Amino acid sequence: MNKLTVSPSPHIKSGQTTKKIMWAVVWSLVPAGIAGIYIFGISSLNVMVLSILSCIFTEALLLKFRNKDPKAVLDGSAILTGLLLAYNLPPQIPFWIPIIGGVVSIILGKQIFGGLGQNIFNPALVGRAFLQISWPVYMTTWKNPRWWPDAVSSATPLAKEVSSHFSYIDLFLGNHAGSLGEVCVIALLIGAIFLLFTKIISLHIPLSFIVTVGVITWTFGREGFFKGDFIFNILSGGLILGAFFMATDYVTSPLTKKGKIIFGIGCGVLTAIIRLRGGYPEGVCYSILFMNAAVPIIDRFTKTIKYGFVKK
Amino acid sequence: MVSLNFIHPPDFKNITRNKKIEIIPIPKKVILPLSQHAGAPSEPVVNAGDSVKTGSLIAQAKGFISSNLHSSISGKVIAIEESSHPVIGSSRAIIIESDGQDIKTYLDSVPAKDILGLSKEEIMTLIKEAGIVGLGGAAFPLSVKLSPPPAKKINSLIINGAECEPFLTCDHRLMLEKPKEIILGAQLIAKVLGVKDITIGIEENKLNAIESLNSASFRLKAEELKVKVVRLKTRYPQGGEKQLIKTLLNKEVPSGGLPLDIGIVVNNAQTVFAVYEAVYLRKPLYERVITISGSFSNIAKNILVRIGTPIKDVLDYCGLSPKLDIYKIVMGGPMTGVAQCNLNAPIIKGTSGILVMDKRCKLEGEELECIRCSRCIEACPAGLMPCMIGLSAKKEKFDIASSYDPFDCIECGSCSFVCPSNIPLVQLIKLAKLKIKRQ
Repeated sequence: MNKLTVSPSPHIKSGQTTKKIMWAVVWSLVPAGIAGIYIFGISSLNVMVLSILSCIFTEALLLKFRNKDPKAVLDGSAILTGLLLAYNLPPQIPFWIPIIGGVVSIILGKQIFGGLGQNIFNPALVGRAFLQISWPVYMTTWKNPRWWPDAVSSATPLAKEVSSHFSYIDLFLGNHAGSLGEVCVIALLIGAIFLLFTKIISLHIPLSFIVTVGVITWTFGREGFFKGDFIFNILSGGLILGAFFMATDYVTSPLTKKGKIIFGIGCGVLTAIIRLRGGYPEGVCYSILFMNAAVPIIDRFTKTIKYGFVKK
Repeated sequence: MVSLNFIHPPDFKNITRNKKIEIIPIPKKVILPLSQHAGAPSEPVVNAGDSVKTGSLIAQAKGFISSNLHSSISGKVIAIEESSHPVIGSSRAIIIESDGQDIKTYLDSVPAKDILGLSKEEIMTLIKEAGIVGLGGAAFPLSVKLSPPPAKKINSLIINGAECEPFLTCDHRLMLEKPKEIILGAQLIAKVLGVKDITIGIEENKLNAIESLNSASFRLKAEELKVKVVRLKTRYPQGGEKQLIKTLLNKEVPSGGLPLDIGIVVNNAQTVFAVYEAVYLRKPLYERVITISGSFSNIAKNILVRIGTPIKDVLDYCGLSPKLDIYKIVMGGPMTGVAQCNLNAPIIKGTSGILVMDKRCKLEGEELECIRCSRCIEACPAGLMPCMIGLSAKKEKFDIASSYDPFDCIECGSCSFVCPSNIPLVQLIKLAKLKIKRQ
């Protein structure tokens, strides 16, 4: 008889792995990517490729530098960060911006904290925030969909002066200027449904996030109460991308269901405030980053109630 | 009140669910560890060289939480020495060599007296003498479980037929083949406890067992005794004592307490069968039904085996060829069982099965960092946060670990089962418990 293996129980496993989860999220983002390429042309693909390559290369380098196995770069998390970063960028942005964004995302957003699982902030959003502050003009110059007569330099629907020109159906299909992965709501929802169906994400964060934005923009969106255009606010900007794919990032969101709902509401309140009163037209990125910082304290106050809990 | 979390591992019970219980031949030698129950080891009452019969008392309970031990074959005691133990590695054991006769002691003492006329105390004495422990796995001495402090009134008796561990079908087969005996055993326990309600919980992957117990309880109706067989969802760990109480009676055992504290006693179906045998046949606990299963369906069986039979003898009987590509041998179920390194270790009272696994059961993947996916939290049937306990223990921050209630963990292994980063959470929690206790 061969040698017997001894290992601690359990001796069977669910088969779900971190790598599979990361790749599933990558796949779920593919429809939105295809939509981005279709709407804005091949420049979208360039941005995605550059951003992903920059993230992978930086991650591999940093892993080597930290004496870790560089093969861990294949766990999918760096590719996911690169993809999400690209989705947050205007499609015609100069080629060096996604490259710098990728480097910043991986170094300042992830590896500086100790790599996978250790980061406080969503790495892709750290990259995006950095780029937004450093090159605000590039980051807010948008390209129109391919079939529009005037190709470049349009405003996103969220900019206040143009907000009335768009029909809900245009917003839903992505027929407007914006960041390359955020415009096509239907494509994002296809990916989101896949993630919900495979139980990779739950509805707690996205639903509480979106409903909060809806309620606040409905209540305070225009002069007088309850006159705001909440459907417009939900469909435009990066809300759907942010709520389903960025705020739900495991590492940077709370552990328990209760915590997730508080986190989602917090993101929603901040997004709505920034959109309605802030200097930027869009607030999803900063609101998620801000709530990321609040996660440890949310976790502390939202422990689960154990079986047989006795009030003292 | 919390709602319980469960997981749904594949149950693998088709391999053996239709296989009748086979009686395997008496082994040439048995190894009977003095510690095969929760509590203090038993004290030998025989010496090397003594002749014993099947069912002779060879070691007696020492202290309140302890249990008697009986010879499982007739023959000669050849040694009382340190020997391999399937769970704790090694322990003092009484080793008996068979004379091939299997002469039983208890046959002469079969009661003439009417069983229903036995008093509570007489039944209790018989249970205690028979060395019955919980046969679900924890091996807690039954006599202790049935002696609540006088202040505590017991209202319900639950018979645990959930058998939620994948692969195992020994309780299932017993409920199918010996339903009458199980009901009679349950009635005896109800009498000892002064209980009017018996609830039998069985998972719905054993519908025929539900049917067989239902009809047996109908036929054996006892006055003033209500027996209810409840169909449970198939999920893990449905058969955990506390989880079963919550599902059946919607009550929670207070943290740190026992089912006794809320007036409930839970017994495994096979334990109840042992009570029947002890009282009706005066037969001590020296054999039990176990399931042999795993990757090789040709050796899979449900067998009635003498306690103390070396694992190797059992597997030989089942036809395990040494040529097979065996990767791992586990005693117990796949979720909580113990991987064996020495096949000379014996079957003990708490053994519910032996699983022989091949390379396909190898758990791939190295341990990665926690990505805070919260799957362990959503799987924990005790409502804990396993990742917080586990990761604090890993960083040796045991004060933080203790603030996440590791002592409420029932060590079911669900957290490790679901963890996508292959973190051995249940081991880390066990470590945390150990370290905190020592502090």
